[in-house]
Amino acid sequence: MSPAEPVPAPQADGLRRRGTGLSLLRSEVVVLFGRVRTIALLGALALIPVLLAIAVRVTTDDASGGSSGGPAFLGDITRNGLFVSLTALTVAIPLFLPLTVGVVAGDTIAGEAGLGTLRYLLVSPVGRVRLLLVKFAGAALFCLAGTLVLVVFGAIAGAALFPVGPVTLLSGQTIGYGDYALRMLMMALYVTLSLLGLSAVGLFISTLTSVPVGAMAATIVLSTVAQIVDALPQLDFLDPWLFTHYWLGFADLLRDPVSWANFADNALLQGGYILVFGALAFGRFTTKDILS
Amino acid sequence: MTPAPPPAASAAPLAIETSSLTKSFGRQRAVADVDLAVPAGSVYGFLGPNGSGKTSTIRMLLGLTSATSGDIRVLGGAMPDRARDVLPRVGALVEGPAFYPFLSGRANLHRLDSADRTAPAATRTARVDAALDRVGLGHAASKKAHAYSLGMKQRLGIANALLMPRDLLVLDEPSNGLDPQGTREVRTLIRSLADEGTTVFVSSHLLAEVEQMCTHIGVMSAGRLLTQGTLDDLRALGTHRVRLLTPDPDDARVVLRRLGLAPEARVRPTDRPESTAAELVEADLVGDGPSPEAVVAALVAADVRVRGFEVTGASLEERFVDLTGEGFDVAG
Repeated sequence: MSPAEPVPAPQADGLRRRGTGLSLLRSEVVVLFGRVRTIALLGALALIPVLLAIAVRVTTDDASGGSSGGPAFLGDITRNGLFVSLTALTVAIPLFLPLTVGVVAGDTIAGEAGLGTLRYLLVSPVGRVRLLLVKFAGAALFCLAGTLVLVVFGAIAGAALFPVGPVTLLSGQTIGYGDYALRMLMMALYVTLSLLGLSAVGLFISTLTSVPVGAMAATIVLSTVAQIVDALPQLDFLDPWLFTHYWLGFADLLRDPVSWANFADNALLQGGYILVFGALAFGRFTTKDILS
Repeated sequence: MTPAPPPAASAAPLAIETSSLTKSFGRQRAVADVDLAVPAGSVYGFLGPNGSGKTSTIRMLLGLTSATSGDIRVLGGAMPDRARDVLPRVGALVEGPAFYPFLSGRANLHRLDSADRTAPAATRTARVDAALDRVGLGHAASKKAHAYSLGMKQRLGIANALLMPRDLLVLDEPSNGLDPQGTREVRTLIRSLADEGTTVFVSSHLLAEVEQMCTHIGVMSAGRLLTQGTLDDLRALGTHRVRLLTPDPDDARVVLRRLGLAPEARVRPTDRPESTAAELVEADLVGDGPSPEAVVAALVAADVRVRGFEVTGASLEERFVDLTGEGFDVAG
């Protein structure tokens, strides 16, 4: 055996300089949004306002006049195409948005574990806490992207198929395009915020398994269960604690003055979910044996 | 920091050191009381049949799983507490390569490199391409990983371990799925890395492979480390026999007895006609007995005519079958 070279102590090695760690976030965004599955999910979301606008356009040609029933704002679309965005949000938030968010949030850790790349990320080494934070940031960005897709494609489809004009608020005033765009952005942020609690739940479930499909399904089922519980009058006492409770509250942003009560309550509730399920995910993931 | 670890057998510092390392899954002990000592600069072959606890040990060394009991020091740092400082200096291939099938080989390496905060982004592209070239994947770098063959994935996994200059490489079954040529390339690669001063800890269930590239060997079986040491140490273990061809068998036996050996009484003439006058005298060499050279010197000094002298020992392969029992896959 040849004389071995001394192993420099980690300190003597001069602790390789640590970068900011933003590389991983950038990589996460590139991998997440470059993935065919994510693009397909966003494409499906984009189809919602487009199909909605086409359906309304086709049916109102022969049966004119506001429709009775159907989702909120549906009847307003024929008068002002900009309402397509609002209708699309209303239609998408109970099912389609949670479905896509469930896929992305459920995949965060379990997907890496299923591929086996989790062990290579951890050996790289990515700190487990940093990985959780980056994964949650990726899921949150997806929530924002999904919501913006609905709003933007809604506005485009509405403008293409219907007359557009100054928007009349729920409280009666009329606002210009600039003000309306700002309010739509606020609504997109409200819906994004609404989905963060679900994302945190999905992240936690994702740390429990190395089967991503299981984590996705469980997350989606939970969002449905929460909405059912929210709808049952016998379980009213639970309502303020359900992450779905304020999901449809974004319409308050269409009043003047804006009613911020829902926004604040929603932020507090979603923040609580992020803290609780973030802590659970942290507790689970930082002590977990990675056997996949 | 923690007090200095107990002194190792060799004076060289240890790149990996474990004491009483144990991992239990329920009531089953996957790894039991393993005391690894991997000298810095060595190529350490971690040998054992499938399911003997090699990968479980490696997972603990890298901080992927926690030890049920026992201590681990890698490159002088306690694991998993110092993982942040230790792991950037360690390249690893654990239980087969794993990649994002929808990304190209190059994009996969970019992704995994970006997870290491100590890996400078400025040199990432150059380092990724250099690692790909080093394992011979330069031409397939843009292919999606799902289109890679098992051997190509294995190469990509090794490339991932080489993205940064490492002080220690932990390679779990690096030549799995490689063709003979690929196996030889991996062997050459490991030797060249070792020549650069990198300590290589390589697990395998193939004795022939380990024997060809390692300086040190540790043998695992059923979760226990049965033996470890330099390859020469292990070769020297076990029984050796001296076989002496001489026309003076009686004198030779007297000399051997005087040296503390126990020559066998039976006399076997050799088959060769020109040595009809000579007889074969055999004796087992005991561990702390005289060296073969001393035996010859004593024979000659006693005027025993030595026509042939041979030391035979159990082959390394026989040694391992002795250690790990039958069913151990020793065939290349």
